[in-house]
Amino acid sequence: MTRPHAHPASPAAGTQGTTLARTQPSDLHHHVVTGLDEAARTWLHQALDEATAHPGTHGPIAVWELRLAEAGRHCGPEYADAVRVLILDAARADPGALSRVYVQGTAAERRAVLYALPHLVPGPEALPLVEDALRTNDTRLLAAAVGPYAARHLPAHAWRHAVLKCLFTGVPVAEVADLDRRARADAELARMVHDYAEERTAAGRPVPEDLHRVLTLTGPTPTPPADPGTRGLDGKES
Amino acid sequence: MRLFDPHIHMTSRTTDDYEAMRAAGIRAVVEPSFWLGQPRTSPSSFLDYFDSLLGWEPFRAAQYGIAHHCTIALNPKEANDPRCVPVLDELPRYLVKDQVVAVGEVGYDSMTPAEDTALAAQLQLAADHELPALVHTPHRDKLAGLRRTLDVIRESALPPDRVLVDHLNETTVKEARDSGCWLGFSVYPDTKMDEERMVVILKEFGPEKVLVNSAADWGRSDPLKTRGVADAMLASGFGEDDVDQVLWRNPVAFYGLSGRLVLDVPDTSGTHEGNSVLRGGE
Repeated sequence: MTRPHAHPASPAAGTQGTTLARTQPSDLHHHVVTGLDEAARTWLHQALDEATAHPGTHGPIAVWELRLAEAGRHCGPEYADAVRVLILDAARADPGALSRVYVQGTAAERRAVLYALPHLVPGPEALPLVEDALRTNDTRLLAAAVGPYAARHLPAHAWRHAVLKCLFTGVPVAEVADLDRRARADAELARMVHDYAEERTAAGRPVPEDLHRVLTLTGPTPTPPADPGTRGLDGKES
Repeated sequence: MRLFDPHIHMTSRTTDDYEAMRAAGIRAVVEPSFWLGQPRTSPSSFLDYFDSLLGWEPFRAAQYGIAHHCTIALNPKEANDPRCVPVLDELPRYLVKDQVVAVGEVGYDSMTPAEDTALAAQLQLAADHELPALVHTPHRDKLAGLRRTLDVIRESALPPDRVLVDHLNETTVKEARDSGCWLGFSVYPDTKMDEERMVVILKEFGPEKVLVNSAADWGRSDPLKTRGVADAMLASGFGEDDVDQVLWRNPVAFYGLSGRLVLDVPDTSGTHEGNSVLRGGE
């Protein structure tokens, strides 16, 4: 039997990263509605109405949570993540509901919860979900976990390990929200990244381009300080 | 050649297997939930397993360009353990998930009253969730087991053309076909079916509603057996269209009854150097 050389799915292509976490739900709604066909649009409007009204249950789960589960087959994989974020937003899901949806969700539903966090949870209560995602090796979850919510709330040690894990697993550091601000003058992050570069070099392996970028950002640059009104300086101090 | 393995337990297989499967032409798999070799003792270990079938395993498959779906059920062997049976109450929230394309594997192991109850209840769950069902036939006392299985299917709310009866062989294929169910054959290195016997059955019964799988798991099994059957079919005079029907279009048609089959593999961003499943140590 001929066995052509295997070619794993191409890396990086098509990654949505944290874009959904950084887009306001109203803009997201406009984008999604423009792209969906009529049947999917009708389904979405009904799902959003149900999420707003919280009507009843379907067996063991609320109807609006059922809509989260079936979003992929009604709206297609291209829009499923965005549609799930919109449903969570319409449901005004609180940390308890987000935690339940995450724990009971597929990887795709968990990703949507992570994207929705900065839109729905002002405080750090949902950090355990981010920490759970950062423990996985699923790069789609990792990329979703390092969005604006993590930038606001993740303590310094966990945040540095998240950045290192992105370098390790090939998640583009462009997905790390607020990387410039949090990395600036972070000597400990610089040490960790530098050590990783030495380890790669010692093994005769190339050092990822993103590593140099992070290392540069850790320097004390003359860029203006963050807006004092910006949320979440917690965790930056090293 | 595009191949679909409609029954394979990838949880028990290595990443090398995924690489070899992709190289052999396998583009899609369905992983039925089943027994893990070591009996479970509580519903929570089922839930972690189901979550893996809906999370980590599709991610692993996608890294090799393979679409991964699953079927969810309480398997017949563990349906006999009262500590495990409460997992039936958790199934409804799994059966609504996008990647779940059937209820399964259900069926008989030792043909006990507890297995009767679990089989009937789960066929009803399939009907309620507009899902087809993957029904395994027992390894011991197979013909009697098939007849009892078909009786339960006839009494269920699920029409036979939404049922795949699996692990068939020469002694059970005719009655299974006459029932109107889809016909599954598991090709193994030593037991169940082999490639040559599979070709003989295909010559006698034709490719209509026939699915061939490797059922590869933690035992002596081979995840490339679908490719082996394709090659054996071509060598014995079947055309490429017949191969495509048995090893692609038939599984697509059967699991497509769920309305949830997506065969475009999502790109997996950040594959480490593009060549390895990520475990954080390369």
